Amino acid sequence: MPATESVARWTVEQVLSLAPDDASRKAGNKLATAGHWSGTGFDGSGAVWGLCKGSGSKPYQTVVDTTGPAYTCSCPSRKFPCKHALGLLLLRASGDGSVPQGEPADWAAQWLTARRGRAEAKQAKQEAAASGEAAPGPAGDAAARKRAERRAERVTAGALELEQRLTDLLRGGLATADRAGYALWEETAARMVDAQAPGLAGRVRELGAIPGSGPGWPVRLLEECGLLHLLDTAWLGRERLPDPLAATVRTRVGLPVSAEGPPVRDRWLVLAQYDTPDGRLTTRRIWLYGRESGRTALLLSFGAMGRAPELALPVGVTIDAELTPYPGGGLRADLGRQFAPPAAAPGTPVPDTPPPGGSTAAALAAYGEALRGDPWLDAWPVTLRDVIPVPSEGGWQLADAEGASALPLSSAALSRPGLWKLVALSGGGPVTVFGELGHRGFDPFAAWDTGGTGGGDSSGFGDGSGSGAAEVADGAVRLI
Amino acid sequence: MNALNATEGDPMPPTTTGPTTASVHPLAALPWEELVTSALLGTDRRPPAAPGGPVPADGPAALLDAAALHTVRRRAGLLPAVPGARPAPAPHDPRPQLPEAARHRLAQLLADRAAPAASGRRGAAPDLTELIPQWLATANRRGFRAPADLVPPLLDAARARTDLRPQALAFAGPLGLWLAALNPEWKFALRGGAGGSLVPDTGDPEAVGRLWEEGLFAERVALLDAVRTRDPAAALALLTTTWSTERAEDRLMFLDSLRNGLGAEDEEFLEQALADRSRNVRATAAELLSALPASAFAGRMAARATSCVNPDRTGAGASIAVEAPHECDAGMRRDGVVADPPTGRGERSWWLGQLVEATPLGVWQERFGGRPAAEIVALPVADDWAGELHAAWCRAAVRQRHPEWARALLGEPSAPPAGAPGPTSIAERSKLLAVLSEAERADWVAAFIAAHGLSEAFQLLGVCTVPWSGPLGRAVVDALDIARDGGSYPWSFSGVMGLAERCLDPAEADRLEVLTATPDEQEGASPGAGGYWSEAFQRLVSTLRLRAAMEAELT
Repeated sequence: MPATESVARWTVEQVLSLAPDDASRKAGNKLATAGHWSGTGFDGSGAVWGLCKGSGSKPYQTVVDTTGPAYTCSCPSRKFPCKHALGLLLLRASGDGSVPQGEPADWAAQWLTARRGRAEAKQAKQEAAASGEAAPGPAGDAAARKRAERRAERVTAGALELEQRLTDLLRGGLATADRAGYALWEETAARMVDAQAPGLAGRVRELGAIPGSGPGWPVRLLEECGLLHLLDTAWLGRERLPDPLAATVRTRVGLPVSAEGPPVRDRWLVLAQYDTPDGRLTTRRIWLYGRESGRTALLLSFGAMGRAPELALPVGVTIDAELTPYPGGGLRADLGRQFAPPAAAPGTPVPDTPPPGGSTAAALAAYGEALRGDPWLDAWPVTLRDVIPVPSEGGWQLADAEGASALPLSSAALSRPGLWKLVALSGGGPVTVFGELGHRGFDPFAAWDTGGTGGGDSSGFGDGSGSGAAEVADGAVRLI
Repeated sequence: MNALNATEGDPMPPTTTGPTTASVHPLAALPWEELVTSALLGTDRRPPAAPGGPVPADGPAALLDAAALHTVRRRAGLLPAVPGARPAPAPHDPRPQLPEAARHRLAQLLADRAAPAASGRRGAAPDLTELIPQWLATANRRGFRAPADLVPPLLDAARARTDLRPQALAFAGPLGLWLAALNPEWKFALRGGAGGSLVPDTGDPEAVGRLWEEGLFAERVALLDAVRTRDPAAALALLTTTWSTERAEDRLMFLDSLRNGLGAEDEEFLEQALADRSRNVRATAAELLSALPASAFAGRMAARATSCVNPDRTGAGASIAVEAPHECDAGMRRDGVVADPPTGRGERSWWLGQLVEATPLGVWQERFGGRPAAEIVALPVADDWAGELHAAWCRAAVRQRHPEWARALLGEPSAPPAGAPGPTSIAERSKLLAVLSEAERADWVAAFIAAHGLSEAFQLLGVCTVPWSGPLGRAVVDALDIARDGGSYPWSFSGVMGLAERCLDPAEADRLEVLTATPDEQEGASPGAGGYWSEAFQRLVSTLRLRAAMEAELT
């Protein structure tokens, strides 16, 4: 082993947080023994490579560029990252010297060079576009405008049709919606897809599920119908809306939007990463927190037809990168240029401290405030500081350590194993929790033991005892 | 979904202080419930209208406007809920934090357990779940504290596998119990007994007395065991206070607790228990007494046994003559001899077995002219009584933990397992082995495997201490190697392989590396066996390496 490693390696937990599902996590674990691998290595640029013996005669070639991060493997798996990439990273994380530092093998170097070349070219193009505005000529511009106009007309037609359906529904009564069943909504959703308004289609499909969602469904159905109606009318009257709200409406309806704000460079802490599978499309959400700007940002990545989304960042890592925000004042952004390999905890003095956070009341106020810019928001990212998980009737709450306020956990959170991790971490003492707060309650994504008074794990964090790097690495506990 | 109820119910009551938008919309002032009723029945049947106000021209649109307004207003004005009673904090756990690498290892082991198995066949990769017990035992021995976020998956693992519970609960510590009190799925942790996690403080006599008087059965057993470990006499005294009022099943369990730290002071109590109402209690008392060679009970049994088993002076050479008892008299019954034999056994041999079993083995050496045990065992026995007599001696050697007799009865490890004299069954042998010292046990089993191979070794290996000694490990590996060359498939030896993965000294990994190569297919070998053996040895080597790593991480 060389005396110094210029690139920090990811920890086992960080690697595992990249896995698209439990099965890959387990398969990756199984491959994380030196016996499966040959020709492994890593270099100072953040690349890791190796040959993994599979069932065939030819070993799989696996390369990971941790600066992307990006992965490639000659295996036929549709998972992303595949079990080989996970196994390789776990092997590297184990730090037992089975992955030595060296020069990339030819096959690895080829892919790395090509990938980095592409990334640079894309970067250069973006910069040229940003500075020169030289892009498409007037002819192309006009054609694009024409296409956009045509699409807007179709969406308008769709919105009008949807309004009609909602009006009919309300005229006849929601009680009939129960009888009409799912098919009616599916059909309407398909009409909205035809109208090129996927945002409306998605909301309509959700309406279809409400009558089967248990007691109180008429209330929920009316709420969601009202909000859908609000979106319809907002679209129809978008010319009269202020720019940010109009942009939000376009996004909500489902028009293609691209990131266009000026890039924000910061050291971004990865707070959470989770996937929501929805039929054919898997949406991955990655929450980031800018250490210097204090901004919270959301990266979205999509995987179609059972494929896992491509973007994967390990929770707890801080990356020095530029994010390009989307219009409308929301939190969504695109990951732009990265300036150094993701700095994992070991070997780097980046403290994995949580965002400062606030009280439960402040969190509710933040959600309320955010609704002003986007009334269709179901939830808003917040960090709760010094809260204690408290069992309540039929569920759990997070209660301020001081004071008499609490937030109920959402029913989705109650069914996840993360709930008990949170309770265990607290041990009855205060913790800091990041998650989404909305009208359904609070959904915790990551937690830090910051209170130090709880019985659970009080001596561990950030108090400089033990090996500093190790303490930092288990700062954030992943709850999702 | 139904958390949306939160907006109607208690947890997040809506604000009632409506903003000024009320004036903007004709229906904004209408109560939400009114809107819901109108929507449910349909605006045709139930037009929405503010009290005294006009019915809007476009009812449905007006209703939807108002609903949106209400919904957003309500969401924007959510108020915090009133917190429930905060749980008392978990007790402090003073054990030191787990090293980082060990913590990751545990996370990996537990994650592997939770994820579904990919395929049925065991490949070349280690079976991580099988290593959890060893990991926990080492961590507990070194006294580390469990990382808080890994306690829930640990409890889940213990819930699924009862054999993990004692170590898992000990490792989970006070936080584990604290959590178990909050989650009904982990109730097992609170039952104690199995966990040994509820070891009561035996230092406070008053608390001990109270728990003994008022505790649940499991708590009382745990308490008695704990007291017995610290002070055997105190445990006996505790038991005597309530003995006569206990139920028969409980008496049996409590009596069993005396096995630990059994001594001459217990004799009087046990003698009384020989007169117990319950037959099982009587039998257990007799069994315990027979482990006390100096007891009056042992003397009585010896007198009976020596009247039945004697040196035969009629023949030319030395031999043993046996005259089994003709009746089971009241005295014998009182001393726990069971009169009725199980079906298929003669009553006289049944009685004889019980007498010899309860007789101190030292008596025989006296009786047979000071011969050592090995010689007595080798003496010919008249009239086919050899099997009965040797089996009874085996039970006696195990009960009295008598190494010399155990050694003699085990015989030479190289002798054929079915040969006379000596115990014939592997089960008896493994019990006798347990009486010997660890090193002697390992050497005997090693010699046995060298002579007879692995086919009967599984049970014997089970009584050897982990990790296996050098000679034993080598004997097992050599035997596996021979089995491979013999052309059979490795899964005929999967039991021993599995044991080897868990019990071989991790330092053997390097020596085993040569076996992981796939040999050329030999004539007469099972097709493809070489590849499977290579895979099996790879798994063995990688498991050993993993164990070495686990061990190193936990320092």
